[in-house]
Amino acid sequence: MKAKPENVLTGSHYLDGNHASAEGAIAAGCRFFGGYPITPSTEIAERISQRFPRIGGIFVQMEDELASMAAILGASNGGVKSMSCTSGPGFSLMMENFGLGIMMETPCVLVNVQRGGPSTGLPTLPGQADMMQARWGSHGDYEVIALAPDSPQESFELTIHAFNLSEKYRMPVLIMTDECVGHMTEKVVIPSADEIDLVERKYTDKKPGEAWPYEWNGKSIPPMLPVGKGYKFHITGLTHDEKGYPVINAEAQEKNVRQLIDKVKKNADDIIWLEEWDTDGADIIVMSYGISSRVARPAIAKARADGIKIGQIRMITVWPFPEKRIRELAGKVKAMVMVELNHGQVYLEMDRCAAGQCVTAVVGHSGGTVHKPDDIYKVIKDVVK
Amino acid sequence: MDKIAHGSDVTHHYLRPKKKFPNVWCAGCGNGIVMGALIRSIDRLNLDKDKVVVVSGIGCSSRMPVYLDFNTLHTTHGRALAFATGVKVAKPDLKVIVITGDGDALAIGGNHFIHACRRNIDITTILINNKIYGMTGGQFAPTTPGGSFATTAPYGNYEKQFDAVKLAIGSGASYVSRGTVYHVQQLEKLIEGGLNKRGFSLVDVYSNCHTYYGRFNKEGDAVKMLEWFKKHAMPIEAARKLPPEKMVDKFVTGLIHETDATEFCQEYDMLLDRLGVKKEVAK
Repeated sequence: MKAKPENVLTGSHYLDGNHASAEGAIAAGCRFFGGYPITPSTEIAERISQRFPRIGGIFVQMEDELASMAAILGASNGGVKSMSCTSGPGFSLMMENFGLGIMMETPCVLVNVQRGGPSTGLPTLPGQADMMQARWGSHGDYEVIALAPDSPQESFELTIHAFNLSEKYRMPVLIMTDECVGHMTEKVVIPSADEIDLVERKYTDKKPGEAWPYEWNGKSIPPMLPVGKGYKFHITGLTHDEKGYPVINAEAQEKNVRQLIDKVKKNADDIIWLEEWDTDGADIIVMSYGISSRVARPAIAKARADGIKIGQIRMITVWPFPEKRIRELAGKVKAMVMVELNHGQVYLEMDRCAAGQCVTAVVGHSGGTVHKPDDIYKVIKDVVK
Repeated sequence: MDKIAHGSDVTHHYLRPKKKFPNVWCAGCGNGIVMGALIRSIDRLNLDKDKVVVVSGIGCSSRMPVYLDFNTLHTTHGRALAFATGVKVAKPDLKVIVITGDGDALAIGGNHFIHACRRNIDITTILINNKIYGMTGGQFAPTTPGGSFATTAPYGNYEKQFDAVKLAIGSGASYVSRGTVYHVQQLEKLIEGGLNKRGFSLVDVYSNCHTYYGRFNKEGDAVKMLEWFKKHAMPIEAARKLPPEKMVDKFVTGLIHETDATEFCQEYDMLLDRLGVKKEVAK
């Protein structure tokens, strides 16, 4: 299905990443936004609050982030594409109901414009230190999908992509951007509506009384049931069976949790999206995501000018982690370097997958600004030795 | 007799009897009485089952939706009203009911409670108030009276008690009432009134947890606790005529507060009218 022309601001714009993300949501058909003001994500809520009433969408400024996440799950189960955005402590508060969204298998999109932490940290300055929280932040065992845009253009595109993945895999999808991309203003080209593909919600084609909310078959994603059409279904955050009814035992837990994990793991090839440059025949590969992948480029160019055979991987999808590709490349290269605005979070995954096949290193950073390309260059030179 | 017969006939029609029973509640629990009253109110109003959504949080009372044959959503502790807000604005044609407990609504969900009241969103909230955390085994709640005993108040509760009715009135709810599980016919009327009201409606239902509250505080079994409600409840009409000294050991029941404040979705529609746009509701 294609986007509706009335939802798409076709043309060239000068937008920051947050505004671009809001436009991406609107183009994707999002019609409910529940949020709570927090720096540096607020511009998304502001633009939505200005745009939504004019296109028949509903913006509700909720009382806190716990409520924001709950409200978008409620609206999505009511049949409306829904989104929220947050930063820093707000992301911590959303983790509770993010887990509910995972457990209820409810599509929605959550944008985290990352700032420096822990705690209140650096509200106005960038960080990428919520990456492991994105992966494991809610209690229990589950898989997530997280995307990391590196520009306002990609903030627009990945927000649409996030909605598509959330409908396709029936789960909340995270956009893990950062203050830098969120507040960076660049040219954003919004294509015409017929160039934007949307994944629409799949509802059951069975009759009421014959359909259940979680018809797991180990292969396809179970279609959802619409409210108010005679299905009268029950959904819960408790461990449940295919009917959505709570079942409190180990067998039901195995089936339920297995579904949440397998739907991402088995479809990892479809979900994972990487950009690679010069990785074939490289001795060193620099991995990164979001703003850090742009900052790494001058350092890579400098190293290449020194005669180092160097390649780059930019993770557009950070979770699920591109395990297969990293294992494969680690057997061919001498070293892999992770550049991120934390002290080695996604690095841990890279190092795990490299499994001793090559040297690994992280160019860590406490956040508050981006890396100096020279600091990245120094680590590259260091691992070459 | 008519009313009782009416109840037993209709009740099964609104339950998921083959799917989810027996229930998790202790024998004699007030939750079943409230569930019966809710069913009869819905039946009397002739609401379309497909258009009723029941949302709950966590706790004994919050287990109710799974037994009810409507669209039912069992969410996280304290967050039912926030979840229900999303449902209601996404599909304003649905009748949204929240089932919550005193800990769920007034402690962990207190912020959502006051803001749902303030927005005056059209949600009928049935707060089953048994003055204790039952599901976790009898800890004191914000509604536990001072001096009462609980597993976390072994020397008597030294905190002060929350009054859900006063809180809802102060927060802007347009229909605020209190009933008990003893006064079932009054309870049904209050629930019906709440369902009919376009705006946020609260039915604060005093219920018995004889398993914990009654046992720890020597208030006896379910029957004894129901008798206590009978003895201490004072309908609002009578209470208004009594001097304060006669109300010392009484609590007020009935429709305590009602206003005609504009409802939240109505306000939003008015905004859209001002902007000259049509709301895009989910198909």
